Amino acid sequence: MSRALVKVPGTARRGEVIEIRTLVSHVMETGFRVSNTGALIPRDIITGFECRYNGEQVFRADLYPAIAANPFIVFHTVATESGTLTFTWTGDNGYALTQSVTIRVA
Amino acid sequence: MDRHDPAPSRRGVLTGAGAVALAAVVPVGAAATPDSMRGAIRAVVGSAEVGRGKVTLEIPALVENGHSVPMTVSVDSPMTATDHVKAIHVFNERNPLPNIVSIHLGPRAGKASVTTRIRLATSQRVVAIAELSDGSFWSDTVEVTVTLAACVENR
Repeated sequence: MSRALVKVPGTARRGEVIEIRTLVSHVMETGFRVSNTGALIPRDIITGFECRYNGEQVFRADLYPAIAANPFIVFHTVATESGTLTFTWTGDNGYALTQSVTIRVA
Repeated sequence: MDRHDPAPSRRGVLTGAGAVALAAVVPVGAAATPDSMRGAIRAVVGSAEVGRGKVTLEIPALVENGHSVPMTVSVDSPMTATDHVKAIHVFNERNPLPNIVSIHLGPRAGKASVTTRIRLATSQRVVAIAELSDGSFWSDTVEVTVTLAACVENR
């Protein structure tokens, strides 16, 4: 099973813009490559990523085969309140991965 | 004796050759956007005008490995409830598919700046288009030269 790395500051001031770095292990097989027997290798990519801050969506991305293997996404959000950031990756062949990080906002 | 040799110096010849080689690599008249990218952009933008500016697309101009190219796209926006970036779409013209990524933001993003790593099949132009909350579209275009291409085994 693939794993994800998420980097969020543990504490932040209220209203501060924080940087969130995410990295997930995935082959991102494009579906355009041919194996050494000549058969097309079927597509297997992550198609969607979202970040929810205490249940409210703050970031979402639709990914295409042009995203490099092991998708690395850096984005920002405003630290509004203490709570949980939930990250979800979904993709082909029923792929789904969720990871949560807590943040303390002073 | 003063050496003012009329014959071209070695340095002059080399820089001249370099300039010629560079001109050969960068196609000057490559303004024609392939139809697939234009279609993908139209699907997002509709009939709206796309202005230039506000968006900054950062990709190295010379990429050694097309399998993993760092890309940062940012938009000059205060990101308030009334004036923010709704979405950023990134397109290419010579990969098998014209889309690279579509990013959906809101005022809670605080800052419209996203970094990721992309694949580029060959040297080409990459276009980022931002949709603002007032319904306007803005874009930035970057010409990228790729020396080791991604996913071109069967092309």
